[in-house]
Amino acid sequence: MPDHNGHSANTGLRLKTGLAEMLKGGVIMDVTDAQQALIAEKSGAVAVMALERVPAQIRAEGGVARMASPKKIREIMETVSIPVMAKCRIGHFAEAQVLEALGVDYVDESEVLTPADEVHHVDKHAFKVPFVCGARNLGEALRRIAEGACMIRTKGEAGTGDVVHAVKHMRQIMGEMKRLTVLSEEELYAAAKEHQAPYELVRIVAKNGKLPVPNFSAGGIATPADAALVRQLGAEAVFVGSGIFMKNSFEFADPKEAETRARAIVRATTHFDDPKILLECSEECTGAMKGLAVAALDEASLLQNRGW
Amino acid sequence: MRIGVLAIQGDFEAHRQRLESLGAQTALIRKPEELDAVDAIVIPGGESSTMLKFLERGGFFEKLCAFVKTKPAFGTCAGAILLAKDVGNPPQASLGALDIQVRRNAYGRQLESSIRRSETTLPGGPLETVFIRAPRIVRIGKDVEVLATDQGLPVLVRQGKIMAATFHPELSSDTRVHAEFLRSVKNGTK
Repeated sequence: MPDHNGHSANTGLRLKTGLAEMLKGGVIMDVTDAQQALIAEKSGAVAVMALERVPAQIRAEGGVARMASPKKIREIMETVSIPVMAKCRIGHFAEAQVLEALGVDYVDESEVLTPADEVHHVDKHAFKVPFVCGARNLGEALRRIAEGACMIRTKGEAGTGDVVHAVKHMRQIMGEMKRLTVLSEEELYAAAKEHQAPYELVRIVAKNGKLPVPNFSAGGIATPADAALVRQLGAEAVFVGSGIFMKNSFEFADPKEAETRARAIVRATTHFDDPKILLECSEECTGAMKGLAVAALDEASLLQNRGW
Repeated sequence: MRIGVLAIQGDFEAHRQRLESLGAQTALIRKPEELDAVDAIVIPGGESSTMLKFLERGGFFEKLCAFVKTKPAFGTCAGAILLAKDVGNPPQASLGALDIQVRRNAYGRQLESSIRRSETTLPGGPLETVFIRAPRIVRIGKDVEVLATDQGLPVLVRQGKIMAATFHPELSSDTRVHAEFLRSVKNGTK
């Protein structure tokens, strides 16, 4: 059906970014079963990411990480009333087709799973279901948007509980966008080449000073203060993966403790610029996952380097 | 005259920009005491269950309930759910300011989201209506005025100073719905 301006091609994109608009200011939580999904919803999550294993487990256990089983995702979809997202492997358009047929609300083409294609990402324009993709810098973000991603999140370093690379990637993207806004028209061609991104998208960012789709943060967020930090750096919403339900890389946290953490992180994400409330959230929150310092990981084990 | 926009989460920025483009002054509302400084409230789209969690704390729910009893309010999608008297699928608490019953996610999941053109009594012809995981109004009270319908069902309603839309006028370039709300705020607070 043609939209208001009679452009039906634009309709799909508006609906896809429209759902991302509804998630702004909220927390999207990784969950591995219906019980965790219920805790997430009860704690105020705006959406859940249905997974077989959270990133910390994937990192610790190794092996090939694939799309979660449809049975598990369906069970979660039937349990909560908030949107349900699920991950497919980079370039694995058949997994994405399965997730679309299942009816999930968003697909995350994610570096957390083992890539299925070393060159190509999924052509996301070919889908009716919206996609979110990770990015470490502006060029990567714009390449994903060119392929049809309707939401960008920082990659950070998933499954570590160390926020350092979520910060690095958010600062990188925000800084590169700021620099584009002061370039002259003729300098934008060279900027597009430098960022390895389509000129038209570079021009849109230079004009508006922000991405044409919502810009969220993910990768290592584990405490209320972490969530407030990335929000203050410009993230419009926050993904929390292993940080809520894990005690360390192998064991789940006590459900009561997970719920307390989830509530505190949700509250800190909304009141990200109010230190008094952030203090309350930090006091309410008991413990955080043990975590792994990203600086101590070797380059080959970094998930963020997946994606092209 | 200052319009508050509930900014717990959701597309509150889109509402704020629209209201300001129509000449209104706005303030983002994240804490109950901030309601004291505004003359009307807009409750945006987002997740109604998340917004309720925040309202449960620190007397926010009671304060907002009292506010919408006397002052103008406009809710879109999640906002309409919060303003309704009865909520289903699943049942949840609401402010009860508007005599309607709504069913959450009544059209289905995101794949059933759509942009439509709906009949309206507002001057200017059919209205572009952006439905995202939208609720449906399944019952309206006798004092509720229907301002727009889609496939025969009410999608924009008003009762006294309270307006609600199951779609997202803030995501459309058509400014008539917000303009109508601002007009009723002006008339109501004279």
